Amino acid sequence: MLGKDCMKVFKKFGLAVLVLALTAGATSVRAQATNEIGQLQRQLLQMQENFDRVQREQKAQIDALTQKLEAFTKAQSAAEEKQKLQMQLAAEMSADATNAPAMPEKKPWSPADTFTVARAGSAYMNMSFDGMMAVGGSTKSAPSQFLQLGDHDPQKNGFSLRNAEIALDGAVDPYFKGFANIVLKLDNNNETSIELEEAYLQSTTLPANLQVKAGQFFANFGRQNSQHPHTWAFVDQPIVLGRAFGPDGLRSIAAQVSWLVPTPFYTEAFLSVLDGQGSTSFSFRNPGEPDTLGVNRFYGRATTSRSLEGAGDLVFVPRLASSFELTDEQTFVLGASAAFGPNDTGADARTEIYGVDAYWKWKPADADAGFPFVSWQTELLYRRFSAAADPTALPVLRAENLTDWGGYSQVLWGFKPRWVTGLRGEYATGNSAANDAGDPYRGERYRFSPALTFFPSEFSKIRLQYNYDHGAQFGDAHSIWLQLEFMLGAHGAHKF
Amino acid sequence: MKNKILTFLGALLFAASAQAKLNVVATTSDLAAIAKEIGGDKITLATLAKPTEDPHFVDAKPSFISKLNRADMVIEGGAELEIGWLPALLDQSRNEKIVAGAPGHVNCAQGVPLLDVPATLDRSRGDIHAAGNPHFVISPSNGKIIAQTIAAALAENDPANADAYRANLKKFLAALDAKLAEWRQKLAPFKGRSVVAYHDSWPYFAREFGLKIELFLEPKPGIPPTPSHLAEVITKMKAEQVNVIIVDAYLNHRTAETVARETGATVVPVTQFPGGLKGTDGGYIELIDSLVNSLAAALAEKK
Repeated sequence: MLGKDCMKVFKKFGLAVLVLALTAGATSVRAQATNEIGQLQRQLLQMQENFDRVQREQKAQIDALTQKLEAFTKAQSAAEEKQKLQMQLAAEMSADATNAPAMPEKKPWSPADTFTVARAGSAYMNMSFDGMMAVGGSTKSAPSQFLQLGDHDPQKNGFSLRNAEIALDGAVDPYFKGFANIVLKLDNNNETSIELEEAYLQSTTLPANLQVKAGQFFANFGRQNSQHPHTWAFVDQPIVLGRAFGPDGLRSIAAQVSWLVPTPFYTEAFLSVLDGQGSTSFSFRNPGEPDTLGVNRFYGRATTSRSLEGAGDLVFVPRLASSFELTDEQTFVLGASAAFGPNDTGADARTEIYGVDAYWKWKPADADAGFPFVSWQTELLYRRFSAAADPTALPVLRAENLTDWGGYSQVLWGFKPRWVTGLRGEYATGNSAANDAGDPYRGERYRFSPALTFFPSEFSKIRLQYNYDHGAQFGDAHSIWLQLEFMLGAHGAHKF
Repeated sequence: MKNKILTFLGALLFAASAQAKLNVVATTSDLAAIAKEIGGDKITLATLAKPTEDPHFVDAKPSFISKLNRADMVIEGGAELEIGWLPALLDQSRNEKIVAGAPGHVNCAQGVPLLDVPATLDRSRGDIHAAGNPHFVISPSNGKIIAQTIAAALAENDPANADAYRANLKKFLAALDAKLAEWRQKLAPFKGRSVVAYHDSWPYFAREFGLKIELFLEPKPGIPPTPSHLAEVITKMKAEQVNVIIVDAYLNHRTAETVARETGATVVPVTQFPGGLKGTDGGYIELIDSLVNSLAAALAEKK
């Protein structure tokens, strides 16, 4: 009976009751049970209330103290922060940054570590090397004589390496960017030759949407003239560009000012002034090639070594280009260019070149790595070269105008990632002149070139191209070229 | 009369200056979405890359030059994401306000702890980024850092509206924090689960939500899948019972579907750019929402 009662009490009131029940003694339990239970309940309630109240009070006290402390430390740390900043600034201003902000911890260098010579963003300039070579052949024994007139074209049957380019670019200071292209190539005897293809600086902060460029650079005429060979879509230079600008393209020491016209669509106006001396200004003050007697001749005429007598003897190259977004996926660029200057066949002999160019590209909105795409590029050029009389030539050459015109049109189709196929058609012709016989730069000529290019990555390419060539000077010719390109290092971004 | 004219002219001037909103250009739509949250109606916003397009391969179109020329501020991801196209555009834009280093040039990678920073640079390992993996915007924690970066830049370039930018930032961060808790909860049951991706553009997202995204259909970054590599991936997927493949909208889905057929996995089309897929064009939060929901659904279905 006693046991049962005890169990009931245990169940109802738990541990506190147990302790009290044990101290109260077993005999009094039965008699006072009901009485004591009520008392105990009251006591318990009171104790609980007391405990809760104390807890509330203490919590309030703690909160108040915490707030006080927080406010205090905040004020203190702000003051400390300010002091620290002041000290840091003072240190930085008085000496070089010995107290620079904490650098990420560096582990000591060990001989097993790799050197990083240059990496984008952390070096002062982009530095890259681009090697381009070709192997192939043509039905003509000396392709460089008539067929492949560009200086970076494959020039002989078998192997050629005509463009190994070191490209440097970067910010000079807050006001200029600098660019340099140094090109090495192997001539037909595989001897190395070197040329300073480009070296120029370009302003970054001129007002009124102006930009100035100065140094040695490709003239901004048409589309392809200013592009480097490794960005070309075919292994060789278009015929018409070779005829107007020579093997190297129009390139000179020059200054250019360009203005971004504030139209809603892109329009840019350029004006370049070129020194225009030498073979890279082919149609201008070009001394030509020496004949068997050592006399420099161009189009048969002995050239005068004309020195600059005024601004009129420089070459002026104006250009206007505009671009339109036809749709979200189609872009169109249209340009018109001209070049005016003297030529070296006589004291008053001058040359004018005019060109128009168009470029269209379609790329779907969900292109994968830039593929697929279709692009179309066309350039048309017209040149009037007033050749002076040369009474000493054999036979005697009278003064005459050499007029030439022509163009090329090419379509590229990037049909799947890394693969591009293209077709280029070209035509060039001119009036007939006294000294045309044997001159590869004159006479009617056309060429068709299908090509297939595979890009293993952005940094390498393999291109196979076939040329069907027909010229008044050489009849029919067939050529096939396999081109290989690789690029090392960080190369600056390309224009559209 | 004179006074009236002056007042009128003054009012006109005031109206003109009041309407001159800060002209902001963002390179990609994820950054644009965050900028919109902070800038609200105080800025005009243009985006260069399309949300459906691979941000590594954007054409440097001349129209972008005009847009950048007129910009007061440009927001780029940085960490070399736009290295193939943005530098040439900035050179040609001849806009002093946005050249690198100017207050109007905002590089969002700054302040974000970048993952996968290579110790050595070696392209035989694929087209890796020297600065680290640039696909960091997709992690909401980084989204918060970027929002702060953008808010600070907006306040600096347009002090008159600094308070509005700060208020918008606070609101956006609060909303993001609330959603982040929800997203974590949704993905919590799948902690440690492996997911296959096409390209290694998900380390930040994986880390945020405790997923493992370490198997890729590309053998190396930027190198398209090869049969031998895919065979290896399939074997690993079977062995480790990986059964979800995520593929960015602009990447080739056929490869992923082939692998899915072999392994019984589900292909989940995903995007890191608001507007890259249907239902993601609302903004940054909607983008992560859609991503978390579709991933959670696929992972729940494939136990």
